[in-house]
Amino acid sequence: MNGFVEALADGAVVAKRNLIKVKRVPDLIVFATLSPIMFVLLFAYVFGSAIEIPGMNYREFLMAGIFAQTVVFGATITGTGLAEDMQKGIIDRFRSLPMARSAVLIGRTTSDLLNNVIVIVVMSVTGLIVGWRIHSSFLEALAGFGVMLLFAYAISWGMAVVGLAVRSPEVVNNASFIVIFPLTFIANTFVGTTNLPGPLKAFAEWNPISAVTQAARELFGNTSPGFPAPDVWPLRHPVLASVLWSLVILAVFIPLAIRQYRKAVSR
Amino acid sequence: MSSPVLFAEGLRKRFGGYYALDGFDLSVPAGTVCGLLGPNGAGKTTVLRILSTLMRPDGGRATVNGFDVARQAAEVRNHIGMIGQQSTVDDILTGRENLALWGRLYHLSAANARRRADELLEQFGLTAAGSKQVKHYSGGMRRRLDLASSFITAPSVMFLDEPTAGLDPRNRIEMWSAVRALALGGTTVLLTTQLLDEADQLADQIVLMDGGREIASGTPDELKARTGGDWIDVTVRNIAEIPAAAGVMARTAGGRLQTTPAENRVSAAVTNRQHALTDVTRALHAAGIDAEDVTLRRATLDEVFLLLTGQDLEGEEAS
Ligand SMILES: Nc1ncnc2c1ncn2[C@@H]1O[C@H](COP(=O)(O)OP(=O)(O)OP(=O)(O)O)[C@@H](O)[C@H]1O
Ligand SMILES: [Mg+2]
Repeated sequence: MNGFVEALADGAVVAKRNLIKVKRVPDLIVFATLSPIMFVLLFAYVFGSAIEIPGMNYREFLMAGIFAQTVVFGATITGTGLAEDMQKGIIDRFRSLPMARSAVLIGRTTSDLLNNVIVIVVMSVTGLIVGWRIHSSFLEALAGFGVMLLFAYAISWGMAVVGLAVRSPEVVNNASFIVIFPLTFIANTFVGTTNLPGPLKAFAEWNPISAVTQAARELFGNTSPGFPAPDVWPLRHPVLASVLWSLVILAVFIPLAIRQYRKAVSR
Repeated sequence: MSSPVLFAEGLRKRFGGYYALDGFDLSVPAGTVCGLLGPNGAGKTTVLRILSTLMRPDGGRATVNGFDVARQAAEVRNHIGMIGQQSTVDDILTGRENLALWGRLYHLSAANARRRADELLEQFGLTAAGSKQVKHYSGGMRRRLDLASSFITAPSVMFLDEPTAGLDPRNRIEMWSAVRALALGGTTVLLTTQLLDEADQLADQIVLMDGGREIASGTPDELKARTGGDWIDVTVRNIAEIPAAAGVMARTAGGRLQTTPAENRVSAAVTNRQHALTDVTRALHAAGIDAEDVTLRRATLDEVFLLLTGQDLEGEEAS
């Protein structure tokens, strides 16, 4: 228990280190928020006129999808950040300290979570400007953001394993783009899944990102009786499904990440 | 004599099918500076990584202050500081912020971490630069900050991996005096270097490594004595005279011979120090060779290395 508290305290110091960087080199967060803003505007004004969602405004439908995509991409900086620290020998320095093995990972994932919070705030404002509205209670809306951030936090731990194993920030960046970009599109993020061809439809319906998006949509009140969720379990119980997905990912990747950190060899 | 602070016996480390360390031994007494000297890939960093608990050996054992690096890694980490081959201080933080941050990671309270940061800035001559962002530091200041950041708890053992790589001579000398000061304060230092000069200047004991093993060790003077101790250098005016000069020196100096045509130089190990200079000068004169310069000097560590491996430290085969 004592060790755990200490790991959290050390993690807080590491998180602070990462956050000071964000504050002094704001480019990172500026670009992390510019691209989702651009996405909101593009989809709202370009595709928004072409995509029809029965019974509701496309912009309302869209926002939860863009949020989900953005926080998942936001989580990938855990991988690039750790790869960079690895490459620079900083992980070695940390590992030579009398400090809990999990502290650096706790710190990294926490600061990346806070980054995602900032990004979500900026995007919400953009969304409100283009006509997105929350039709639920304040607490439900908070829960909607909570579900997305929890999922992103879980993805962070997965990316930590990738970052520590690959050790090159560029490779982590490209690799995660190749995997995550399709993952966030073969989902209910930007269009309904009903008209997708067979295998893609099944994939989209069971894609955890779809569950997260659907959960947020429902918690924001951005759904329409004219456009019900497909009849598959994760999309009928999206909040529960999202939380379960997140917990499973955490349960798998936290131990893996700590193991990878322990034996990490920087070259 | 008390037991050594750093001790290694038969260390082995394998990467794939390749032994980066292949039976490496080490023994460093308290408060001394030991220099691991060797060419690229000799295994210097691997030794440091094993002793600082970053990597487990595949064979052999090692202790730091009596604690086993594999089985008592946590205790070992309480006694050591290390700086890697690369600098690990943060560019966008100030020197003081960097030190305070590392202080927090060593579990000092915020106030103590700040106080310790100021002490360390003072100790390593960085007080004036303490409030500047590290990106404005010179290479030498950066390295000294690295050193300071791993000296937060004043550990009894410091591992320095190529602490002066990439520094200009002035910065290098500043770094040397910082390292000397650590040793004077009683810290045991194990450093790696590819610079003979550096090992010569700093180390009480040098371990010459190649291919994952020790190939020789001793004080700088002992090692230099291994080549016969003294050398005589003859610089001829005309490169065509080198073979003739070499012939004369082989007869008069008596020891090993080495030519450096690019510098018109022939060197010979000297067996009889007292008469060598006069004998060689006289013989050259008698043979009608026009020598520009004749000097007697101690062997360099490079020559020791060459003698023991047939290669110079840059890894080039001797001709
Ligand atoms: N993680 C690793 N994976 C594979 N090979 C490695 C690894 N670390 C070191 N090696 C190899 O082991 C050998 C010794 O490496 P080491 O880094 O200890 O050498 P060094 O003496 O520090 O060299 P340098 O002067 O270049 O720093 C080299 O041939 C290197 O390629
Ligand atoms: Mg090295």
